[in-house]
Amino acid sequence: MTRLAGYRSPYPGTQPNHLHPPYVSSIKRAPTKPQIPIPSTLSEVTGPLFGPAIVAPHASDLTSGHSGEPLGERIIVSGRVLDENSRPVANTLVEIWQANAAGRYRHEWDQHPAPLDPNFSGSGQALTDGEGRYRFVTIRPGAYPWRNHHNAWRPAHIHFSVFGPAFATRLVTQMYFPGDPLIPFDPIFNCTTDQEARNRLISAFDWETTLPEQALGYRFDIILRGRDATPMEE
Amino acid sequence: MSLQATTSQTVGPFFRIGFEWLHRDNLAGEGVSGERVTIQGRVFDGDGIPVPDAMLEIWQANAHGKYAHPEDTQDKPLEPGFTGYGRVPVAADGVFRFVTIKPGPVPGPEGGEQAPHLLVSVFMRGLLRRLVTRIYFPDDPRNAADFALNLVEPERRFTLIAKKIVGGPGTLEWNVVLQGPDETVFFDLGL
Repeated sequence: MTRLAGYRSPYPGTQPNHLHPPYVSSIKRAPTKPQIPIPSTLSEVTGPLFGPAIVAPHASDLTSGHSGEPLGERIIVSGRVLDENSRPVANTLVEIWQANAAGRYRHEWDQHPAPLDPNFSGSGQALTDGEGRYRFVTIRPGAYPWRNHHNAWRPAHIHFSVFGPAFATRLVTQMYFPGDPLIPFDPIFNCTTDQEARNRLISAFDWETTLPEQALGYRFDIILRGRDATPMEE
Repeated sequence: MSLQATTSQTVGPFFRIGFEWLHRDNLAGEGVSGERVTIQGRVFDGDGIPVPDAMLEIWQANAHGKYAHPEDTQDKPLEPGFTGYGRVPVAADGVFRFVTIKPGPVPGPEGGEQAPHLLVSVFMRGLLRRLVTRIYFPDDPRNAADFALNLVEPERRFTLIAKKIVGGPGTLEWNVVLQGPDETVFFDLGL
């Protein structure tokens, strides 16, 4: 029989454990029993696929759709979705959400006394093209305080959600900005033992995508798990 | 040289603004064949308190045991309008609920069939990466030989099998228990 080519395990130290005590919310929510390794079956190597119709025409421009311009520094966030074998992940859904320029989310549980922006909702979607490329127009989010520890502030970040071709490739992550002084103090950023892995969560300023007199460009490539090269024949 | 998968990060407390546009708590539209079931439950943290800010994603085959995905090359029919994907938020009272159809059996890793099951990803603040688990159906004789259930110690298998609700025909209860003696079995898919 033919076995399915499975998805590779992560490199040691590049993915967080569920329990990460400096991130206090993990203490009561991380499972305590070992998770049970399971081989890839048809259930895990398939997954939801979305066509272009799912994404509204201006869904990748978070500065549009309101009566006016949002406050803040307009930016272009773009990059590619690749797999670990360096192959582009085409036609996959990328979702983002973020705080506004003042560091406030449009969510009723966000109690940070910073102003909401009537011209910014903070969520967007895009489908990658045939080369795995995506591009969002948005504003640079502000830092905001949280109650994880005394004087805790999250560095500016944008949440990313990516599906990839299979249930096994689903990824949710956060993108940070280069030079942010809060990054070294953030327990969520510091969730991996591998420092290079976490530094890849920091986007790069990008002249190539910077638009003159319009917006600064930041580049953020996302790598999804890759498959073993060939299925094993038995 | 190969690349390394991007590090997972938590969805944080405010993920609803990013996810709600794609909420899907009814996977089985009109005309989709199969036995309809409502699955409801709650997510409990380590103090036994219902978690009000979690989101579940569901992935499943159709009633014939066919996934709506090109990698499924089985000679089984697709169901128009059935994608097998659900995105189900937990409400402020801690309850989630979705409607779907019981899937058919799909191939196992070593040949044979898997018992009908749903795949579930669990996302919430406090989880730096998702949790992965499965929902099986009560009183299905195929559960006994299911390879994934047989990876689990017998005394923990109940956490993966939805329960019938007395007086609620077609309604099953299945909870996510994050810690403690009844902790749900979570699988390690690598990510």
